[in-house]
Amino acid sequence: MAKVLILSGFGINCEEESKYAFELAGAKQVDIYHINDLIKNKSISSNYEILCFPGGFSFGDDLGSGKAFANIVRNNLLDEINEFIEEKKLIIGICNGFQVLTNLNLLPGALAHNKSGLYIDKWVKLKINPENKSPWLTGVTDIELPIAHGEGNYQINSKALEELKSNNQIAFQYEENPNGSLENIASVANYEGRVIGIMPHPERAIFFTQDPVWTLKKDKLKRESKDIPEYLPAINIFNNAVKYCESLKSSVKNI
Amino acid sequence: MASRLSIAPKSSKDISKTKLKDYQKHISQVKVLQSYTIDLNLSNEDNAELEQLFSNPEIEEAKWSQEISDYDFDYIVEISYLPGVTDNIGSTAKQSISQFFKKQFQDSDKVFSSKIWLMKTSLKQEDLEAACLSLYNPLIEKAKIMKKEELEKSDFLNLPYVKIHSKSETYQEVNIDLADQELIELGKFGIANEDGSRRGPLALDLDYMKVIQDYFLNTEKRNPTDIELEAIAQTWSEHCKHTIFADPIDEVKDGLYKAYIKKATSEIRKNKAEKDFCVSVFSDNAGIIEFNDEYNICHKVETHNSPSALDPFGGAITGIVGVNRDAIGCGLGAKPFANTFGFCFADPEDIDPLYRDKDLKQKMLSPRRIMEGVIEGVNVGGNCSGIPTVAGFTYFDSGFKGKPLVFVGTLGLIPKTIRDINKELKTEEKLAQAGDYIVVLGGRTGLDGIHGATFSSVEMDESSPATAVQIGDPITQKKLSDAIIKEARDLNLFNSITDCGAGGISCSIAEMARESYGCRVNLNKVPLKYPGLSAWQIWISESQERMTLSVAPEKWSQLNEIMQKHDVEATVVGEFTDSGRCLVYHNDNEVLNLDLEFLHNGLPKRDLISKKPASLEISSTETLSEYGKLEKSQDLESNFKKLIASLNIASHEYINQQYDHEVQSSSVIKPLQGINKVNGEFAVLRPDLLSPKAVALSHALYPSYSQYDSYKMAAASIDTAIRNLVATGVSIDDIALLDNFCWCSANEPERLYQLKEAARACYDYAVAYRTPYISGKDSMFNDFKGYNSAAEAVKISIEPTLLISSVGVLANALDATSIDFKAPEDLIYVLGNTGNTLDEIDASKNKKLYQKYHQAIKAELINSAIAVNKGGLGVALFKMALAADLGAEINLDNLRTQLNDNENILFSESQGRIAFTVKPELKDKLEAIFDKDDISLIGKISDEKILEIKSNNQNLLSMKVEDTDYKRFSKGFYNG
Repeated sequence: MAKVLILSGFGINCEEESKYAFELAGAKQVDIYHINDLIKNKSISSNYEILCFPGGFSFGDDLGSGKAFANIVRNNLLDEINEFIEEKKLIIGICNGFQVLTNLNLLPGALAHNKSGLYIDKWVKLKINPENKSPWLTGVTDIELPIAHGEGNYQINSKALEELKSNNQIAFQYEENPNGSLENIASVANYEGRVIGIMPHPERAIFFTQDPVWTLKKDKLKRESKDIPEYLPAINIFNNAVKYCESLKSSVKNI
Repeated sequence: MASRLSIAPKSSKDISKTKLKDYQKHISQVKVLQSYTIDLNLSNEDNAELEQLFSNPEIEEAKWSQEISDYDFDYIVEISYLPGVTDNIGSTAKQSISQFFKKQFQDSDKVFSSKIWLMKTSLKQEDLEAACLSLYNPLIEKAKIMKKEELEKSDFLNLPYVKIHSKSETYQEVNIDLADQELIELGKFGIANEDGSRRGPLALDLDYMKVIQDYFLNTEKRNPTDIELEAIAQTWSEHCKHTIFADPIDEVKDGLYKAYIKKATSEIRKNKAEKDFCVSVFSDNAGIIEFNDEYNICHKVETHNSPSALDPFGGAITGIVGVNRDAIGCGLGAKPFANTFGFCFADPEDIDPLYRDKDLKQKMLSPRRIMEGVIEGVNVGGNCSGIPTVAGFTYFDSGFKGKPLVFVGTLGLIPKTIRDINKELKTEEKLAQAGDYIVVLGGRTGLDGIHGATFSSVEMDESSPATAVQIGDPITQKKLSDAIIKEARDLNLFNSITDCGAGGISCSIAEMARESYGCRVNLNKVPLKYPGLSAWQIWISESQERMTLSVAPEKWSQLNEIMQKHDVEATVVGEFTDSGRCLVYHNDNEVLNLDLEFLHNGLPKRDLISKKPASLEISSTETLSEYGKLEKSQDLESNFKKLIASLNIASHEYINQQYDHEVQSSSVIKPLQGINKVNGEFAVLRPDLLSPKAVALSHALYPSYSQYDSYKMAAASIDTAIRNLVATGVSIDDIALLDNFCWCSANEPERLYQLKEAARACYDYAVAYRTPYISGKDSMFNDFKGYNSAAEAVKISIEPTLLISSVGVLANALDATSIDFKAPEDLIYVLGNTGNTLDEIDASKNKKLYQKYHQAIKAELINSAIAVNKGGLGVALFKMALAADLGAEINLDNLRTQLNDNENILFSESQGRIAFTVKPELKDKLEAIFDKDDISLIGKISDEKILEIKSNNQNLLSMKVEDTDYKRFSKGFYNG
């Protein structure tokens, strides 16, 4: 059964709702650790199969989003994280977490200031890359999720972009570009797909009542005498991760 | 040796998206660099390694010192902070470098941040200087402008160290054996320095000075020290003691607060009996009500007006982060789960300048600068704290040109109990014990905000102190909040906690000392930002992000360990006692020794006298409504469009979209509703994801009504704030209120009369609706005294304003009703009678209507609803249709009204009304709940996007439903 480790501290602020999403997806154990506790006791990470860098404002984006937090991770926990990746475990970076992962070079590209110069919170339509090979996205189709960021403008050099494309590492693209991202990129994965970064917030799109027009949808369903769902499709991203870990365990056993 | 590293984005900036957008024609290119002057004694090799820390090579380049000359530009403009101003980026940079090299630096080692603008421009230097005024605020920042060739010659370093010229003083004795005139001067201008200059206002009138004189000469039998006088001034300030609300006024001997606000609440609570949901009212940093079996919620709304007028960004960010601390310091600590905002500005297109001085040298910031800065301040404060900013409003009136009103509110979630070994502790009860350590947590103490409390208790003029400006740091506070709310509280590591706000530790410690009945403090223990502060400055400084805790000695080490993990500085500065005295030491001298009783209760009551104004400011109510304020033509449709586009009706989507309103995953009804995103006047959220229950929030204010009748102004605010929640589905029995009085010239009898009338309405309507007040705040002197561009003296006062905030609990989030129409053919009803704007509100009748309406909501008969408020029925129907991208066919002949004039019928702002829709097949069920006179069926929804209104069987209006006018401001002025 999946065990999830979620990082917190220094201005990260989406750790609790991320925990909630993994719990809802059936993870056996979800623990939030302050990064300083993890640095003190580095072996902790080996007890988990999923590592989550949640959203937030680590260090207030003071040096540019994700930089200062990535610096702490690089100086203290990079070996443990590389080991995590080698063991075919899963990593997700959401919003600020994505920014941290790119600063650590665990994911390609970088996230610059939104073209508008403004922070933006709104729901966006996302197209999934059907060829993606990320275990996080098995069966996930086009989806609507909220974005909430000031630095979500995905940039990458043209050579690396070609590689991203040919390896099918682009996971989601915005239907309408909200921030100036190259090729409308909203989410990328690493080569194997097990490390994923996503600017929109799937953990904020779990409950039916989080949908921006749920009252309209509810009214329509009632007119059609249909049941009102409790959850939104984004929960599947978390479900996938939990399921993957179960298969990971059984394959390890088989060896 | 200091070195400078600048980080340049590879791409240039789009000028139209910067604060230089007005100069697009003259500036062809800008590049904005983040620059760090690093004064840490690093070696050159170390320096080289820093590039990878500060720049991301995919999008940025790192340039050392004058290397920036590589870029193509004509001028370099550097914006940096003045010495002593909080530099969050600089301190994060230092901390990051320290972690990078695993090396501890001294407090005196610094990294200073600055922004560098490289510009290609045809402007001459003096014109560029004028253009750059929009890039910085001279109260806290400075601009340095150089031609490219000058850069080579300069040392190009930015080292704004604080140099305090006056020597650090322990204390000085202040002679209080003075004649009245001298006492007046001491109270008004403050304690004299050695050179004869004054320290800044104590804001103590002669009545107060005489009581202080008597206390020292006759009770203590000595002169006071400077720090004692400063401490009394802070504690007795209008800002802290709310003297105008406490003092007897006319026949109201108990004062307005006790006789109206507090009395209403205690009567209502008694009446509600076992249905009373109040847990703690008016006694803590925020009011607490019950939420579900496990949690209570607290709510507090603050204002931060005077600081925001001087430094809009700093004032607003300090305001929002400060009110968050009210939640964190409420009970044993609540987790902030929602922020609210309310901004009252002058028209941002008003460019006629105001000055603080007669020589026209101290220019006030323009309404647009104030607006942009305030919006950005709450943006950074709220977003960085991870607290959703879910509800808010903007309101525009020329009266806010001198001082804007900046309302900021926070709701917190607090478990009802915490367990400690074998006892359950109620979280609303806190008590500092004699022998407990006094622990100060969080930010360090500097000269910031000295005299903030006394400053906001007086009118603003040229002597208003610039040191009253502070800049909040949301990340320092987030760490502090995580440490308290997510760990220390649940381990029961402290006995009491309070926010350190106005008056600094002089107020927070002295306030908590009432719980144990005494305290002893050593000021040498208080961690300082820089050396050189005098004792009185340390005691009253309002440096931000600090909390005060009362900690049992045996729990100190565990608490400190948690704080260290979260990178929060915690310091024991003294202990609570039961001596009845407040004792403060500095450099081994006793510098303050006051009777606690005198400090808190010694201020004399003053008899306030009000006077009914001889004549009203205006004699008719016609021009008070938003429609009434417009200059109109003969054409109804163009007038209607003008109304929709007017500042107080139009969308403020541009604000909601830049405020994270979804963090914590709690949002249910967001600030923008329907597929076309229309501003609702309420928000619904689920702070406890394990519970189906939801919290609904709203607010209301009608400043313009005060010109006619402040009693009716207050009544309208109360009815609207309640009705907004009723419309979405909250039972009127589950609603609590908060009051924020923002007045002007509160020393004038006529203004006091208006205040008394408004307070009387607060009592009458709260009692009639049975909605208790749980918290309140006031700000009494929102006046500006200065000069216009012709050097003529002007006084600009706000309209007396009462903001009512409402909070209610919904049994199930799925019951929340939104404003958008749902489907064509649904029937449109109006609850209540349409009368004239400011017609008397019949609360007992309305209450019955609201209860019946709630029955219909519970029976799931209503699928969209909006409270009819500013702009009247016309605007309400337009918003419902626009939100849904649908239209409506309306027949006014079926509307219950005694009015004849169609324009008045459409745009009158009479209270007590809700427009709502119902599926045709539910018509009978719906109508069975109401009496015939309660509701009117006025039409139906159509799938054509047209608002069609008939009257007397004639077509009155056939207007396209589109967002052009409604989003004019959002799309034009602030298009993201």
